[in-house]
Amino acid sequence: MQSPVEIIDDVLHVTVPMAPLTKDDLIVQVAEALKTRRAKHIKYFFEDDAEWSSRTLAAIRVFNIAAQKFDVKSDYSAIPSGAAKILSLSKPPISDNAARSEPRPDIFESTASAAFDAWKVTRELGVFVRQSLGSFKRFFLGKAQYQRSDLLAFIQAVGPQALLIVSLVNILLGVILAFMGAVQLKQFGAEIYVANLVALGLTRDIAPMMTAIILAGRTGAAYAAQLGTMQVNEEIDALKTFGFSPMDFLVLPRMMALAIMMPLLVLYADAIGIFGGYLVGMSMLGIGAVEYIVQTQNAIGLTDISVGIVKGSIFGVLVAITGCMQGMRSGRSASAVGNAATSAVVSGIVSIIVATALFAFLTNALGI
Amino acid sequence: MDDKEITINNLMMAYGDFVIQRDLEIDITKGEIFIIMGDSGSGKSTLLKHMIGLMRPAAGSISYRGKDFWASDPKTREAMTRQFGVLYQSGALWSSMTLAENVGLPLISYTDYSEKEIAELVSFKLSLVGLAGFEDFYPSEISGGMKKRAGLARAMALDPEILFFDEPSAGLDPISSKHLDDLIIQLRDGLGATIVIVTHELASIFAIGDRGVFVDADERRQTALGSIAELRKAPPTKKIAEFLSRGGTG
Repeated sequence: MQSPVEIIDDVLHVTVPMAPLTKDDLIVQVAEALKTRRAKHIKYFFEDDAEWSSRTLAAIRVFNIAAQKFDVKSDYSAIPSGAAKILSLSKPPISDNAARSEPRPDIFESTASAAFDAWKVTRELGVFVRQSLGSFKRFFLGKAQYQRSDLLAFIQAVGPQALLIVSLVNILLGVILAFMGAVQLKQFGAEIYVANLVALGLTRDIAPMMTAIILAGRTGAAYAAQLGTMQVNEEIDALKTFGFSPMDFLVLPRMMALAIMMPLLVLYADAIGIFGGYLVGMSMLGIGAVEYIVQTQNAIGLTDISVGIVKGSIFGVLVAITGCMQGMRSGRSASAVGNAATSAVVSGIVSIIVATALFAFLTNALGI
Repeated sequence: MDDKEITINNLMMAYGDFVIQRDLEIDITKGEIFIIMGDSGSGKSTLLKHMIGLMRPAAGSISYRGKDFWASDPKTREAMTRQFGVLYQSGALWSSMTLAENVGLPLISYTDYSEKEIAELVSFKLSLVGLAGFEDFYPSEISGGMKKRAGLARAMALDPEILFFDEPSAGLDPISSKHLDDLIIQLRDGLGATIVIVTHELASIFAIGDRGVFVDADERRQTALGSIAELRKAPPTKKIAEFLSRGGTG
């Protein structure tokens, strides 16, 4: 049988078999023929013109890539015109970016890269916090460019408009705490201490935490979605080209609104939560109204309320940072904005709970 | 110094280690309408983002009147960007503000004009783009074409020396896009501004373009730079010939 690879004048003739089993053999032969550097063209023939398929063409592409290295041009004149047409669609890879074809990562690699991503997010968080501190500094020096009407609108959205849901959740928390305590305390005839439990538990821990969680879902997600949408609309680019800092213009008023309103909301949540406990104490446990109020007054001092307010303010800043940061780093598509809002809520809630735990250690160690 | 408004030397653009374009050499003369052309994925819009200072070049330089943009300190860069007016693809109006506030904000922030004068200026700029009377509308209340025109009014707010347009006719009907072309020519003739446009709208390219560059997605280099008429007469590559004749080879 005639050899499938032979050089006639300066043309390398390659007869491609229809069963691709011999391909490996063939590529070695073609490579050797190319190495002689006698060929200027590579001309393809099919063993059977009626039988070609994509497998045949894929083999030819492998030869073409090899031929390209020796500056040998492909000649499709002897193969069926359909095959030639499809082959001419197939372009060689762009050498500049050949390194991009990384293999799909295995499970170890993807775990490692997840850890690396977490590190990257932490670093971004550091940068974001530093930038926001810069914004706050400019705010207090009166140099920050932002719209006062924006700040008022955000305060309105964070404060008054959140009152209803904050009231509902905290009054129920007061009721739940009172019931939980009553069941145990009744066994010792110490129902009156329900007032202590409700007042202390709410002011120090539960009211700030739950209020912050409500705001993470309400405000943090809204911030992330607003900023993400602005990213998609190129609004943030437009701010930058006019020389406005997006941090001052967009992030600062949002953070200020939460930092200002959060302590007030916590104070309000304390009051309404204690009222919830009072309702249960009065109606179900038979504690007198005056008795309950006096007991509450004795149970908590200014320290307890202050601890709660300080916590609340810090949680407010955490919600603002996570919401704004997720919005600012959002991608430029609808699904990216959705992801940003989701991550804002999740990371907001996680950071609130971590901060609560840290506070518990800290106040315990300092004896506050 | 000659009358080169923008000079790009040896510019390489990349996302991470993914190179989009390299060895770009472009010069743009004051007062001309310069078109950035290219097939999809060639990095036209990315080139524009580099020119307006939103992305930092991987290598090379972009200079305005001989002054290297990225080698300057942030303060100087900010002052330089204030000479630019940019019309984004979607208009990019600030959605929480009315049209008047959108156009007025740069004026309030960077001039010491009185409130009354700013209001007059804003009405004037809006009337230039055919939006007189729409001062108190929010961007969500007007059509796509109107958003684009309002974006143009905002881009012109500070009387920029260079106007950048990202796909100005994308999403516009043929009549609106013809109006926009006429408006661009009038602005150039009236204000003497230099205009840089990213577009693949052939009608616009031929109607208003003076010179242009063609960036090629496969080569990852520019394959032509020169007057649009010349490029049309003697296209240097097959792809440009096809591009300028909508896929035909004539």
